[in-house]
Amino acid sequence: MLRFLTGRLLRAALTIAMVVTFAFIVLRLSGDPAQIIMGADAPPEAVEAFRAAWGLDAPLWQQYLRYFGAILHGDLGRSMRDGRDAITLVAERIPATLALTIPALVIKLSIGIPAGILAALHRNSLLDRLVMALAVAGFTVPSFVLGLLLVLVFAVQLGWLPSGGQESWRHAILPIITMGVGGAAVLARFTRSAMLEVLGQSYIRTASAKGVPWRDVVWGHALPNAAIPTVTIVGFMVGSLIAGAVVVESVFSWPGVGRLLVVAVGNRDLAVVQCILLLVAGTMVASNLVVDLLYGVLDPRLRAGKMGAQ
Amino acid sequence: MSLVQIRGLAVSFAGQPALRGIDLDVAPGEALGLVGESGCGKSVTWLAALGLLPGKARVTGSVRLGGMELLGAKAATLEQVRGGRIAMIFQDPASSLNPVHRIGRQITEALSLHQGLSGAPARAEAKRLLDAVGMPDAQRRLDAFPHELSGGQNQRVMIAIALAGRPEVLVADEPTTALDVTIQAQILDLLQGLRREMGMALVLITHDLGVVSETCERVAVMYAGRIVEEAASGQIFAHPAHPYTQGLLGALPPLDGERRPLMAIPGGVPEPWAMPPGCAFAPRCPHARAACLQAVPELADLHISHRAACILAAEAPVLA
Repeated sequence: MLRFLTGRLLRAALTIAMVVTFAFIVLRLSGDPAQIIMGADAPPEAVEAFRAAWGLDAPLWQQYLRYFGAILHGDLGRSMRDGRDAITLVAERIPATLALTIPALVIKLSIGIPAGILAALHRNSLLDRLVMALAVAGFTVPSFVLGLLLVLVFAVQLGWLPSGGQESWRHAILPIITMGVGGAAVLARFTRSAMLEVLGQSYIRTASAKGVPWRDVVWGHALPNAAIPTVTIVGFMVGSLIAGAVVVESVFSWPGVGRLLVVAVGNRDLAVVQCILLLVAGTMVASNLVVDLLYGVLDPRLRAGKMGAQ
Repeated sequence: MSLVQIRGLAVSFAGQPALRGIDLDVAPGEALGLVGESGCGKSVTWLAALGLLPGKARVTGSVRLGGMELLGAKAATLEQVRGGRIAMIFQDPASSLNPVHRIGRQITEALSLHQGLSGAPARAEAKRLLDAVGMPDAQRRLDAFPHELSGGQNQRVMIAIALAGRPEVLVADEPTTALDVTIQAQILDLLQGLRREMGMALVLITHDLGVVSETCERVAVMYAGRIVEEAASGQIFAHPAHPYTQGLLGALPPLDGERRPLMAIPGGVPEPWAMPPGCAFAPRCPHARAACLQAVPELADLHISHRAACILAAEAPVLA
């Protein structure tokens, strides 16, 4: 168990290091932050001074080493825009994002999983076709299109809900629905195929042949097995709680981490972008780790054998 | 008086017949072999009887247990019968057990359903059953998962689960096909012993005539969804009446005497959508005549408890 964890943690650290490196390279290649932040008309001396102040005049490899070293010491840098600590700037936005993503996750789970199970249990029925048609529609429509459609109907036409901003809980409804629908659709499809796979297994027939009522076959025998593949996708959703709302936050002008990212990329505000990417990679890696541990709980075949075959 | 009485049982999947009218009786305590090649309907017969076929299967006819009709019976009735009066074990024991539940739990589940046992008494009974099926170190095995056991041990667990309901009939669907030969013999001995001890009937579904000859008192041979011959074990091996049975026996390698080339039955089983109008075996039969292609031959008595569905067999004198 300890070896398993150490291995996983090392791999996680490697993943994060790669994300950090990748972000560094892409951002440095994609434009000069000094020029962008100071503006095109800024006098060359001012731009030079900005470069010197932020260490942008050093060779790229030195900047990289300095940056990497700082991260290892827990220093994520300061925003080139307003000079505040990048981590403070990002942390301020996290509650707003979670206010959307957590309710959206609840919607995904509470609609997606039961819909998938129902569809699988009534395979090829009208209900199954309806659920699958909705699911295909739900995950093929991009979230910005769905978001705009919802705005058009509920904000513009009916005037029931606001189209953007963060003044009250009513402002959160449309973005939450927009995110929830797509995720629920993905989960419904995943759960359905996991259930169908399990329902076709011999041990389900054995359970029925034992005289187990169908309800208990489904709950006691099929679901625990179908949960194993479903956990993967749920883990992915949990991992994107903090940064999974970039598009939706932009559409609904919701001041969360996602919008901060868009703005920071536009400004080449390196420290902020890198801080967010680090956060994204960190949460994703952490949730993957939890999923791996959960596999062991759900599937005894993945646990280290206590008894071993004879 | 037979315990299970199957009459005119027919099953079709999406309009394609898989089982085309089966009459079969199982007497209390007897060992019946159901023989035939893959796809002839051996397993389907019993899955249909217990209502275990998928919903898209169309099942007609009658299956009576004691006086009770099973086809179309209420779910609650069938749940009492399944594992309670008729238990079934399957071909591949490793995939027939739930991989995420411990062995003990899978046995006690059946005990709670059919004996009303739970908690410590159920666990004690589960241990006793594992001992009865010859599981070494039964107490510890209760906490094992199926993947921690060998194929033979898993089949013993399946048998223990089947015994939990003290069934009157145990249907063993190719119970040894997935196991290696030494384990096969052990499992068959175990089934024989348990049958005698518990006085339950055993229906052994297999394509292995050797297994049947050692284990069963009576044999029914199936071909393309029908029973083509039925007789006492000794009788059918000594004097097979149906050309298909003769072909099957001719394909068996002799254990002693001179080595001879094995006989093969030419051709293949007709597909369900291309059944010949008369006897399904006629296209492969060395003795087929025009009449064989006209009508499906009835299963007719040739001798005391020896029946065959062949017009030639009905004409020929039967040796006994």
